Amino acid sequence: MSGLTYKLLARHARKVFPSGSGQIIAIEDMSLHVRPHELVSIVGTSGCGKSTFLNIVAGLIDLTSGELLVDDHPIDGPGLDRGMVFQAYTLFPWLNVQRNVEFALKKRPLSAAERAATARRFLKLVGLESFAQSYPVQLSGGMQQRVAIARALAYDPSILLMDEPFGALDAQTRELMQELLLQIWETSGTTILFITHDIDEAIFLSDRIYVMTARPGRIKAEVAVTLPRPRSYEMLTEPVFVDIKRRILSLIREESLRSIALTEHVESLT
Amino acid sequence: MESGKTLAARTPNKPGRRGPGWITLRAPIPARVYWGAGVAFLLGLLCFWAILTYSGAVDPLFLPTPTAVLQEAVQQIRTGVLWKDMSVSVYRVMVGWLLSTLIAIPLGALMGNFKFFEGLFEPFIDLVRYMPAVAFVPLSILWTGVGDGQKFLIIFIGTFFQQVLMVMDNVKTVPPELIRVASTLGRSDWETLREVIVPAALPGIVDTLRITLGWAWTYLVVAELVAAQTGLGFRIMQAQRFLATERIILGILVIGILGLICDLSFKLLYRWLFPYMRGRGA
Repeated sequence: MSGLTYKLLARHARKVFPSGSGQIIAIEDMSLHVRPHELVSIVGTSGCGKSTFLNIVAGLIDLTSGELLVDDHPIDGPGLDRGMVFQAYTLFPWLNVQRNVEFALKKRPLSAAERAATARRFLKLVGLESFAQSYPVQLSGGMQQRVAIARALAYDPSILLMDEPFGALDAQTRELMQELLLQIWETSGTTILFITHDIDEAIFLSDRIYVMTARPGRIKAEVAVTLPRPRSYEMLTEPVFVDIKRRILSLIREESLRSIALTEHVESLT
Repeated sequence: MESGKTLAARTPNKPGRRGPGWITLRAPIPARVYWGAGVAFLLGLLCFWAILTYSGAVDPLFLPTPTAVLQEAVQQIRTGVLWKDMSVSVYRVMVGWLLSTLIAIPLGALMGNFKFFEGLFEPFIDLVRYMPAVAFVPLSILWTGVGDGQKFLIIFIGTFFQQVLMVMDNVKTVPPELIRVASTLGRSDWETLREVIVPAALPGIVDTLRITLGWAWTYLVVAELVAAQTGLGFRIMQAQRFLATERIILGILVIGILGLICDLSFKLLYRWLFPYMRGRGA
């Protein structure tokens, strides 16, 4: 494991969806990599295919062509080497918090006692050990996402995939969750690929950021975040942060304009 | 009920507006007002009935007095007729509904999970469910004779074709995110079905069972329309011939009360089975 250069490596990934008589190219020639213990974000306009890409990495959608390796192995369907946290709340309402986390561990060769202990350890990591017996309906949105993170980390995946996990939360909760995620990432030493359209969020969290083009999705640019760690919220106003933000904003703006122009072009044709 | 009480304390009243605010848009009200209103309305209806009949404003042939209905009840209880009718009707409704349920749940689950089975069965089910159950009475006698089998069949026809579509819907509305997260947690299709789709669809299915049991009751009279010697529906049809209005009203009331008991039992079962659904509008 330690000899690995990349946790995730995508080369010329391409996904085409059939649509009516024609087809939609969701992503094209997408190449990127994530190194061990890195936190990498992908940002892009809505509909650019970033979620599609993440779902392909998760094994929920098949790749049309290209290469996608996790720990040097090609992806073949979903697997426990990847953990996924969705934007929607995905806790099982009929299981309490403890058993939601244990659900993820049932596929590991663990005794019931070990399972319970591991679940407790990860609930503690997200600060919810006192809610082990609560049901999801009794938790706030932020707490539910913390349990979802604990559930995805508990079975020790090689890489954690996060699809706008804080997108449904209010701004204040979202900030707290970002800080908590960094804390978890630092203590657990896991590798994270993070999807978001929130540029502040991407910069605050990431080591590197990939900016995607509008449809078909491609990597437009790679931006290294040179801010030191540990990160704090004061950095959001620092010149380095603002510089990076300005750069990414202009890249995304180009794409937004291009995608609007494209839409208008298509509409003028029809 | 608990939430009704606690929320009542902060019923949103517009500033400067006084009074209890029981009729405020989408606002909760105290539980005792909620239940009190329902009971009061029923009592009011009973009073209205009493005034209409005891005053002689309405011919007893059209509407008998509450006392006449009560006397009929006492007499039917004394002779054992009421008990016999009730037990035979409950038996028929239950068997007809259970037969329907036993087929509707697996079939509905199959249709909700696999597009092929939806395509295979839905056109047929949609066709049959618009056919009135009453229209099947002659055929049902021809096919199954005049025994209880015919009663089961009519209740089955009335219930099944709606029930199976509702179960299919219960299964289909399981959030796709739950299914996707199950596969990222290493579950195979079969495991996802058993460990996620079934428990996720279950509260909805139990609610469907409650609603369709109510429908099964409404088909009882149709089932006992012809070729029956006992049962609440038969008693009502027979009373019609003798213009025994009090017997008709008693029969209707008993069916109503039995239906209500079934409904309440299912609601209690739901609360007991799915305590985690509390606060989700259940």
